[in-house]
Amino acid sequence: MDFLSYLINGLGLGSVYAIIALGYTMVYGIAKMLNFAHGDVIMIGAYVAFFSIGDLGLPVIPSVLLSMAVCTVLGVLIERLAYKPLRAASALSVLITAIGVSYFLQNAAQLLWSSSTKVFPTIVSAGGISWNGLTVSWLTLITIGTCIVVMICLTLFINHTKTGRAMRACSEDKGASVLMGINVNKMISITFAIGSGLAAIASVLLCAAYPSVYPTLGAMPGIKAFTAAVFGGIGSIPGAFLGGLLLGVIEIFAKAYISTQLSDAIVFAVLILVLLIKPTGLLGKRIREKV
Amino acid sequence: MLKITDLKVSYGMIEAIKGISFEVGDGEIVTLIGANGAGKTTTMHAISGLLKPAGGGIMLGDTELTKIPSHRIVSMGLAQVPEGRRVFALQTVEENLTLGAYTRKDKAGIAGSMEKVFELFPRLKERRKQMAGTLSGGEQQMLAMGRALMAEPSILLLDEPSMGLSPLLVSEIFHIIVEINKNGTTILLVEQNAKRALAIADRAYVLETGLITLSGTGEELANDERVKKAYLGG
Repeated sequence: MDFLSYLINGLGLGSVYAIIALGYTMVYGIAKMLNFAHGDVIMIGAYVAFFSIGDLGLPVIPSVLLSMAVCTVLGVLIERLAYKPLRAASALSVLITAIGVSYFLQNAAQLLWSSSTKVFPTIVSAGGISWNGLTVSWLTLITIGTCIVVMICLTLFINHTKTGRAMRACSEDKGASVLMGINVNKMISITFAIGSGLAAIASVLLCAAYPSVYPTLGAMPGIKAFTAAVFGGIGSIPGAFLGGLLLGVIEIFAKAYISTQLSDAIVFAVLILVLLIKPTGLLGKRIREKV
Repeated sequence: MLKITDLKVSYGMIEAIKGISFEVGDGEIVTLIGANGAGKTTTMHAISGLLKPAGGGIMLGDTELTKIPSHRIVSMGLAQVPEGRRVFALQTVEENLTLGAYTRKDKAGIAGSMEKVFELFPRLKERRKQMAGTLSGGEQQMLAMGRALMAEPSILLLDEPSMGLSPLLVSEIFHIIVEINKNGTTILLVEQNAKRALAIADRAYVLETGLITLSGTGEELANDERVKKAYLGG
């Protein structure tokens, strides 16, 4: 029974990673850049939800929506102000800028809200479903459920809408997309908007599980989700989903069966192993050119 | 229809197009021939907005194309089939064609255009659910042309449509270009295969290292000694 319970908890944690990883992978797919400030958008989302529930006294769902709105605007603004001017610059300049944006957000949060940890209110009641001695908490169920809903909506959007098709076109060939009349800058903005909105959802799920809010809160989940995106094959949406879930399960199993202290090291060791065997990640594809 | 005046395009310090002027009239097939590196593709990219010209003007009807954002050019009635086809390999044939009509809103009209494309290229209809990346080179060329036609352009720019295709396929592609032109679409064709291009062109220009050195009707240039020597193999 322990095994099953660890597995479900792993899927719960992995669901959060997967939702965050979607932001990394979509932005990479279209803008071909690693947005290392993504984790800090999660942190801002957590603060917004914290103030909305605690100070404004709003219920959970409106607070999540508010947090999503703020993060969406923030994500689009970051892209417009920090990354767009560097569209023609080298990948290294963009990467360094992303790290700069990450530190900027962390320090801004410290300045605005101090570095002391705030305790996130309990938003999901304890308890859950019990069956044959196995208990699954409501929070885990909600987290996994949210992840599945997000995944389904996003897949439908990307595969079956005009905007989704245009986004896929941009990720393959920006020049050819312009020839079709697609506004590439608008597609990049939409991608940042979606990724950041999802980060807000992830932030609330994360804080519901680990109820402390502080300026560097996004760093670790951010780097783990980035790992998940690479693990699954960066640029691939199903890859982010699979990578996130696997990473969560591996992390919980490593904690349960091997060592709590070593769990992160084990997670990253598995990543290195996967990349050695399949450099494009689990579901990453390499496009071969046909002449 | 399309009037290029004193167009200059530079890559950093290197001036690739050094001030060229040419015209494409309504309903014409005009070809731009020249060797590798003469600046043919650069000219095409400048017209469709993928490259910002350093100077000069590009008038499409009454619109100055250099003054509008590049993604709006296709809705002005100018579509381009880029060099190397550049189909969206990870999308199906049908999705590629739908993307060609991205700027259009009339659903019935789009469906009609797709039927027309399938009539012109029956092979695409057979493979409509297939990923574009799995098509042969010739089929990808057809798809790239069909995709551009989905915008119902008044002028179609074709950049090296015969590149890498077997002689039989090249004939087929050139035959279809004439067909498209007969249906009322003006054509600007860039080709290394000068012989074929001149055979179907109303008028032609020779581009040499960023300058237009010769111009005339397709027939005139095909019989010109200099053109024969440089581009038609003696």
